[in-house]
Amino acid sequence: MHELLVLGGGTAGTMVANKLRRRLEPDLWCITVVDQDDEHHYQPGYLQVPFGTADPADVTRSRHAQIADGVRFVTGTIDVVDAERREVRLTDGTVLAYEQLVIATGTSPRPDATPGLTGELWQHSIHEFYTLAGATRLREALGRFGRGRLVVHITEMPIKCPVAPLEFTFLAEAWFRGRGQRDAVEITYVTPLSGAFTRPIAAERLGHLLDERKIHVETDFVVEHVDDELSALVSYDGRTIPFDLLVTVPLNMGADFVARSGLGDDLNYVPVDPETFLARGHDDIFAIGDASDIPTSKAGSVAHFAVDVFVDNFLEHIAGRPMTHAFDGHANCFVESGDGKALLIDFNYEVEPLPGRFPLPFLGPMTLLEETRINHLGKQAFPWIYWNVLLPGRPLPLPAAMSMAGKHAPHPTDPEEE
Amino acid sequence: MTTTTIGGHVLTVDQEGFLTDPSEWDDDVAVALAEQIGVVLDTEHREILRFLRAEHARTGETPTLRRVSTGMSIPVKRLFELFPVKPAKKMAYVAGLPKPRGCV
Repeated sequence: MHELLVLGGGTAGTMVANKLRRRLEPDLWCITVVDQDDEHHYQPGYLQVPFGTADPADVTRSRHAQIADGVRFVTGTIDVVDAERREVRLTDGTVLAYEQLVIATGTSPRPDATPGLTGELWQHSIHEFYTLAGATRLREALGRFGRGRLVVHITEMPIKCPVAPLEFTFLAEAWFRGRGQRDAVEITYVTPLSGAFTRPIAAERLGHLLDERKIHVETDFVVEHVDDELSALVSYDGRTIPFDLLVTVPLNMGADFVARSGLGDDLNYVPVDPETFLARGHDDIFAIGDASDIPTSKAGSVAHFAVDVFVDNFLEHIAGRPMTHAFDGHANCFVESGDGKALLIDFNYEVEPLPGRFPLPFLGPMTLLEETRINHLGKQAFPWIYWNVLLPGRPLPLPAAMSMAGKHAPHPTDPEEE
Repeated sequence: MTTTTIGGHVLTVDQEGFLTDPSEWDDDVAVALAEQIGVVLDTEHREILRFLRAEHARTGETPTLRRVSTGMSIPVKRLFELFPVKPAKKMAYVAGLPKPRGCV
């Protein structure tokens, strides 16, 4: 029997296992998925928990129930990948041999990496929403907070779901407005980037929305430490931003076993070929989803489009043929903007988010880079699609490659030059 | 892409003035580019520029602040002193490399 070992049973790992189970001969290929627990979270749901529009139970299901029959699911903590011996050791001593390895262990927040962040204020006036526990604690903190300075902060790029901090900011602004507290709450958005988003046209449009809502934006802010006594963020260039409630996105890093196995970069992401996801220097290790270093958003939509490309390539690869499909970096993200509206952005490695209609030119029904109710409804409908179409690996009628149909490019403006 | 003349050197640059052809760069160009942003190059700056160029040649990407800091064992604070205000962009600019890819 040939062995395919998938590390991580999250969005990418589950889709890889389920799609390949249908394409690989059951008598020839054994597929095993390893994860440290049996809780699969619908991570976009974390954003709703602080505002009470989703409960922790709504976003959690069992991992093994999402994985197809005929795929073995192992619960355990990964110690190390021994690439030379082609085996993975778990901390309980289990050894799993592989012929092909897929690393899909994602990325996780590391609040400890910023000096002072996890001091006395941590979980009192400093919160995060990138874990379910953190999002649940933030719900209580928001409920208690009625007046003062709310600071939403990104530590360092790249982060998982780079639009989430913006969405949180928009939703918080609308939430305080709805409770009649908006005038008593000052909101500041602090980013290491030079604008509200990474690419010019989207940065301009999203920056405009922040401006409209009287949200102050502090750009190019690289945090050095959190000063507990001042209750403030302090940057390397000496700027100080005081807060009464800090909602931070901590440094994101790939799994520690990646570093222990000598397979990662400075942030434990696996360097791969951005078109095929084959780990550099290896012929039998792939990394897919947030775990790789590909230069596009760390997001479920990217994982979805990437897996579509990967599956066809993988079949060629194990047949000893060259891989002929190339991933273009396609990402597609809803951006909740409050008041029951959302924006939609669609982009890839080369093409920045542009205005237009999606998925059909002129017809939509979604509108790119503009706030609409239809976009919000699309996001609302998404959890059902996630659990019932995407994870089981059923085809979604959206091509993996980004399309320019229905898009138009206004004259690019650079946020730097404003 | 346009061409511009800086300190007597004709250079191909993008909209923001970053060199688009790393081969047009040499130490004289670096001195001229540094002057544009008010930095006088010393040996410490030059060592960092060499590291940036070597990493770019190796990986095809302009290294991030974190990469330079860990790769050269220089505290980020020191990079802010050497290339004040926006060190990642300024280092790339003087090293004749593309702007670090706005992480997405």
